[in-house]
Amino acid sequence: MTLLTTGMRSGRNARRGGARTAPTLVLLAFLAYPLLPLFWLLVAATKSNEDLLSTFGLWFAGDNHLLTNIRDVFTYGDGVYLRWLTNTAYYSITSAVGAALIATLGGYAFAKYRFRGREVLFGVILGSIMVPATALVIPTYLLLSKATLTDTPLAVILPSLLSPFGLYLMRVYAEQSVPDELIDAARVDGAGEFQIFRRVAFRILTPGFVTVLLFQFVATWNNYFLPLVVLSTPEHYPVTVGLASWNSQAAAGGGAHVLFSVVVTGALIAIAPIVVAFVLLQRYWQGGLTVGSFR
Amino acid sequence: MSMGQLVPTTSARAAAARPRPAPSRAARRRQLRGRTVAPYLFIAPFLLVFVAFLFVPLAYAFRLSLYADRLVGGEVFVGLDNFRRAASDPAFWSGVRRMALFGLFQIPIMLGLSLIFAILLDAGVVHLRRLFRLVVFLPYAVPAVVAALMWGFLYGGTFGPFAQLADKLHVTAPQFLSSNWMLASIANIVTWEYVGYNMIIMVAALQAVPRELHEAAAIDGASEWQIARRIKIPLIAPALVLTSVFSIIGTLQLFNEPQIMTAIAPEVVGSSYTPNLYAYSLAFPFRQINYSAAISFVLGAVVFAGSYLFIFLTRRRRR
Repeated sequence: MTLLTTGMRSGRNARRGGARTAPTLVLLAFLAYPLLPLFWLLVAATKSNEDLLSTFGLWFAGDNHLLTNIRDVFTYGDGVYLRWLTNTAYYSITSAVGAALIATLGGYAFAKYRFRGREVLFGVILGSIMVPATALVIPTYLLLSKATLTDTPLAVILPSLLSPFGLYLMRVYAEQSVPDELIDAARVDGAGEFQIFRRVAFRILTPGFVTVLLFQFVATWNNYFLPLVVLSTPEHYPVTVGLASWNSQAAAGGGAHVLFSVVVTGALIAIAPIVVAFVLLQRYWQGGLTVGSFR
Repeated sequence: MSMGQLVPTTSARAAAARPRPAPSRAARRRQLRGRTVAPYLFIAPFLLVFVAFLFVPLAYAFRLSLYADRLVGGEVFVGLDNFRRAASDPAFWSGVRRMALFGLFQIPIMLGLSLIFAILLDAGVVHLRRLFRLVVFLPYAVPAVVAALMWGFLYGGTFGPFAQLADKLHVTAPQFLSSNWMLASIANIVTWEYVGYNMIIMVAALQAVPRELHEAAAIDGASEWQIARRIKIPLIAPALVLTSVFSIIGTLQLFNEPQIMTAIAPEVVGSSYTPNLYAYSLAFPFRQINYSAAISFVLGAVVFAGSYLFIFLTRRRRR
């Protein structure tokens, strides 16, 4: 079974040629649904605040304000937006790399070693996927505040290192991709266990590692509840919490502020990197979900 | 490529320098010990994070929920009082009921759409499959905060494009942000975010269905629709259960989208609109930490019970 390939079946594709136009048109019509808000966002980001509130939402206004808006986003509130963007990148990269490493090490151990308590432990971890993550946010906040870690980057990064789904995925992946013979051969050559992991297994596990990395990156980039609760200084906010705070100000101001166009353009800038990452790394996220469906 | 080249370690080099008979007994014993200790060392980082950020918060929430903060006397043990209060708290249960209603409609609609698209994609009856898959999945990459912001603007009664269009056509658009429509409006945001995600899981499951089954049925004269209904859907039932359970969990703990809506329509989405919003508003503006922990805990139990009930029911149905 090839796991981390999308496995497009050209045979199935080629089989029926003629009767494909009608279903294709139906699906193309449906594409309006995912694209509509994104198109609106793109259009809205080119408008001045007045045009945003007075011209038709789904088409461009006469003059293009995109550059002015981008400048406004980065200068509003002493340029705090750039800080938010950097924070988000920092939190997401560290959490994703950390979580993917931890999950890869653990998944490899569960897949390739027999040890006492292996199945019980794995069952507990797998069961924890059912534990509602957001129900843990408030107790986590209280614990972090005891350790005087609230309102620091670590308060966001440390809890984001946990990825039971990542561990599950890496176990399945390691079971299917790392041959026992290879490990035994390395042992015969006198390699230590950690060296075998680092120099032999990890190379094979890299696609799975990237998949976990990508999912955790997105999860942290998009996270809102945890940073909203554990952070209180705007300088530490990620872009999600920052945008939401601007949006509340704009809504409270009833649109009199110049803020709406700033919020909209800020939202566009915030999603651009992640959309690009998804388009470029297609084969990894499709692979990850493939593993997720094996039960 | 020999392992010796791949693993140029000191011990390997030392072993190679020796006249070559198998590694010494001591070396082999060391290796064996490494083999028993290694798995524990490998899972140690995961377990550390697991205990610190899942187990301990859970246990701590439970402990907190057994206490109350009194003006006189500080923190006192109150046993199950908080749970008793939660059990009869209308604000909490109205949120749970609202989310149950939400899930009853939103989950079947969303998963139904995902399944239809997945089957169309898998049957190979459409062009541009890669493009379609990518575009439908794209909203998953958009933060819930941004999704709620965008739809919030689109829903707007005065300058939202739907209202503008309706105005041009001299009809009235629904008041998407009114109390009658709000739940459906949020359901639409959630559907928008997750249709593609669930579709991808189902497409993956469908690709594991043996092609021979499909071909045999086609030879027997079964239509594409019959093949989907009689062969494919039953075979991917585990993936359907999985996506349903994830959706139930996600629905009951909905927070981000309604929280953003609170800013846009504060008089409609109150502080106890969803159970999680309620737990948050108890802990933060009101500082009822202990009661909030009890609410979180009961919510966790409700989520757990809900997803297990679903698994139980579908399992019995399938037998």
